[in-house]
Amino acid sequence: MIRAAWQALVGGPLRSSPGRTLLAVLAIACGIALGFSVHLVNASAAAEFRRAALQLAGEADLVIRGPRQGFDEMLYPRIAGLPGIAIASPALEFQASRTAAAPALKIIGIDALRARELQPALFAGEALPAIDLFDPDNILLSAAAARAFGVSTGDRLDFLAGTETVRLRVAAILPDGAYRQPLGIMDIAAAQWRFGMTGTLHRIDVRVEPQADMLSVQRSLQTLLPAGVHVLSPDAENRRSAALTRAYRTNLDMLALIALFTGAFVVYSTQTLAILRRRMQISLLRALGVSRPAVLGLLLGEGAAIGAAGGLIGIAAGGLLAHQLLAASGVDLGAGYFRQMQANLHVEPVTLVFFLLLGVVFAVIGTLAPALEISGLPPAQGLRAGDPAGQTPGSRPLRYGLAAIAGAALLLWLPHPGELPLPGYAAIALLLLGSVLVLPPVAIGLLRALPLQLPMPHALGLARLIATPRHVAISMSSILVSFSLVVAMLLMIHSFRTSLDTWLHQVLPADIHVRAASSGETGYLTPAVQQRITELPGLQRVEFLRSVNLLLHPQRPAMTLIARDPGDGGFARTLPLVDTPPALPEGSPPAAWISELVADVLQLRPGDRLLLPLGEQPQAWIVAGIWRDYARQNGAIVIDRADYIRLTGDLRINDLAAWLAPGVTVEAAADGIRHAIGNGSALDIADTRDIRRLSLAIFDRTFAVTWALQIAALAIGLLGVGLAFSAQALARRQEFGMLRHLGMTRREIAVMLAGEGALSSAVGALCGMACGGVIGLLLIRVINRQSFHWSMDLAVPWLLLPLLFCSIVLCAALAARCTAVLATRSEMTRAVREDW
Amino acid sequence: MLSLSHLHKAYREPDARPVLQDVNLELHPGEYIAIVGESGSGKSTLLNLVAGLELPDSGKILLDNRDLTTLDDGARTRLRRSRMGFVFQAFLLLPHLTVLDNAALSLKLNGVAHREAQQRAHAMLEAVGLSGLVHRFPGTLSGGESQRVAIARALAHRPQVVLADEPTGNLDPGSAGQVLALLREQIRSCNSIGILVTHSMAAAASADRCYRLDGGVLRPE
Repeated sequence: MIRAAWQALVGGPLRSSPGRTLLAVLAIACGIALGFSVHLVNASAAAEFRRAALQLAGEADLVIRGPRQGFDEMLYPRIAGLPGIAIASPALEFQASRTAAAPALKIIGIDALRARELQPALFAGEALPAIDLFDPDNILLSAAAARAFGVSTGDRLDFLAGTETVRLRVAAILPDGAYRQPLGIMDIAAAQWRFGMTGTLHRIDVRVEPQADMLSVQRSLQTLLPAGVHVLSPDAENRRSAALTRAYRTNLDMLALIALFTGAFVVYSTQTLAILRRRMQISLLRALGVSRPAVLGLLLGEGAAIGAAGGLIGIAAGGLLAHQLLAASGVDLGAGYFRQMQANLHVEPVTLVFFLLLGVVFAVIGTLAPALEISGLPPAQGLRAGDPAGQTPGSRPLRYGLAAIAGAALLLWLPHPGELPLPGYAAIALLLLGSVLVLPPVAIGLLRALPLQLPMPHALGLARLIATPRHVAISMSSILVSFSLVVAMLLMIHSFRTSLDTWLHQVLPADIHVRAASSGETGYLTPAVQQRITELPGLQRVEFLRSVNLLLHPQRPAMTLIARDPGDGGFARTLPLVDTPPALPEGSPPAAWISELVADVLQLRPGDRLLLPLGEQPQAWIVAGIWRDYARQNGAIVIDRADYIRLTGDLRINDLAAWLAPGVTVEAAADGIRHAIGNGSALDIADTRDIRRLSLAIFDRTFAVTWALQIAALAIGLLGVGLAFSAQALARRQEFGMLRHLGMTRREIAVMLAGEGALSSAVGALCGMACGGVIGLLLIRVINRQSFHWSMDLAVPWLLLPLLFCSIVLCAALAARCTAVLATRSEMTRAVREDW
Repeated sequence: MLSLSHLHKAYREPDARPVLQDVNLELHPGEYIAIVGESGSGKSTLLNLVAGLELPDSGKILLDNRDLTTLDDGARTRLRRSRMGFVFQAFLLLPHLTVLDNAALSLKLNGVAHREAQQRAHAMLEAVGLSGLVHRFPGTLSGGESQRVAIARALAHRPQVVLADEPTGNLDPGSAGQVLALLREQIRSCNSIGILVTHSMAAAASADRCYRLDGGVLRPE
């Protein structure tokens, strides 16, 4: 019986209108494709992170890691001699700067004899001939590094130590399997000497005796470590690396999920109309003895089939999209976190099943409400003539909608786990759901309030819209959802871009900026070079900056310490502060100005004390103010360079900002600086205007993927309108036939339907704009703050929003008109002979 | 005057069976005829040809000496809008419009101003005995009441020709009798030409003359 019922209820309609079913399938496929591709690229990046971190840690049980400027190597013998330590392998790990244009290379300096026991993967076969490493001129390259730099065994590579060139010979190239990312390996002593890091280590890898208690070893190690040096498990090390991009990846995942959410609304629209159209068949089956659960199961089965088909297509399309994204934008999808990282797409079967199920679940959710409603309809009522889609819904959806919106507001008060703004995203989902549920009465109210005296075909359309709130709701919901998402994204991106532009003007006030090297950590300028630059006649004023990093929190990536000249008026005037700084009490420790991320992660407020591991002992600082930092994603602390020199004795600098004397061009000043240094080719000298332009270009590239999501959301929304109107056009063939009899031309009917499309989408888009505005504020004030710790000023794209509004209304009108043209192309006059 | 001369019509699909063969008919204002025939005999096709919804394969349809078959679809539609009225078996009232707005629909489609259209539709509804229901929606009416609203809509703009396709097919005998009497009365009072298409001989009896369509040929009954 079920088979016969399936044939009657699902098989027939699927065969008779495959186009509509296909569109619903495509809506789900679109969401799944986006979600799957983003997830695939993110998972590949995370897997590559894990693989790289674990390969370097090798078989170590613990990793002792310090700040990027390293820690005293005298710590090593003390650790190696601790009871319970089987092997301790010291290492240097740094990004070696190259010339101004070339990318930096990660170099590890190892003690080959000890490392062979802990990182055997690097020594696979003859891959790492230890004897070659002892030559201080030699470097071994991973195959990826050799490919990236276009070098082979015997070739020379130039690096920077300060402003001096360090020339190394490629002694051997590791096979592909040894280490997949670009990497250089040197003897530790050679690396210390050649890069001016004598007496310094960055990490010590430790293997604990099998019989020793790991926790007690860890505790005794921690007691030996100076401030800023931490002992971590390789897993924690991996998590710390992955934390760099976790927020970015989670946000992309969430955006993709929202695209899927939009797809579910399209399924809801399609299925609602399709199911309502089949109410007579459904009621007939019920009258013939098919039970309510069986009917419900059949309808949900149909939804599941749509979801499965959409899931399969989406997975295939998502795989292709991920491949293209990886090739075009890299593993960070253009965000610039790991420009050199190479990764291959790797799909776990469980991921495939998960996304397939996701498609099924979303499609079933989209089908659930209409299926429940129609299966619960008494058969006698269902067999009666009438247009159920035109009925006024009860007050229940409105109550549920208001409850969902209230729930969204409540969710915002919940704490968020780590940097994952899950309550914020759940609030967005609830807000969207609530908005869709309260849409019909709001839309009808808006339409009734319109002071419109429309000419005839449009007056008829308006009357129909007002009288058929369910039709209105169905066609508007996908527009509301998609448009609100687009408005929210636009609002957030525009606010972010405007804030970034303002920020760039604040943090880059000088005419030119000079970096010792365009990338990497080994370039710096000595005091003698600084002196020569200060004395250049073309420069009116010069400010120096030393940037190092500090590992303040073992579970987080290192934060950046910026020691710089305070500039005119002090940091209170030169930093982009989020609030007016309070006056500090007399006798306070030196001032530290922390970025928003540092304030959030370390839970600090102005006036609080902060310990920084500078010099021999941790030093107390007072938080003088909180500033906005869009450049460093792991947090930054600004202190006066004079304080930094006093505590560390480090006179080197990485960057300088210079104001040009009147009449001096950027080119002339750059030539002067290069000449003063001698080895000027290493310097990265940039016109501040170019930096601003480049920064905004990078911003645009980073958000390019969100444009794809916005376009997808809009396309899905318009697809929803098209589907709703095509279903309506089919359901209204008798009405159109009657109107043709009464003397309305095909064109007038098409114009009437286009007007309905324009009006309903305009109301949907208006509601979407309001809902999107709130979601945009949530993205700005909640999601971004919680994920990235970035605040921004609200900026509304006044020109773009009306343009987008008009475009979507026009597109919806055209979609409605097209469906009317298609519907009226066939012989409508015979439709009047059918039952209404 | 409405004149049909030598009308031929055949459908290509699924067979090339002729639906109408050499149909000739001449009707003057105030005349009300009925056409009876079996299902598929071509009654509705004839009605569609008169309305300009379909074109004959050959022959002429003259309305006041103007040949509908020479007009394009737009001109035929405009002619239908201004000069014709329809009554359907399934009433086909717009469920989202009130009784008054439904009755005023043809007037508004003809560009009559809202206020005047409402007044004329109200008068027509009064004539069909529904003045008390003007603000109701079709969903709340009985079949007989719905068909009376449809008659008001068909005649409100005083068309030259009223075409009624099985207007009593969905009604009980009591309501059917009332509706037929009302239709006849209103057609006469508007001095329109009335064509009633029906299966029912009882319904056909309400007309002045009766014709039978049999095998595509129209013969007086």
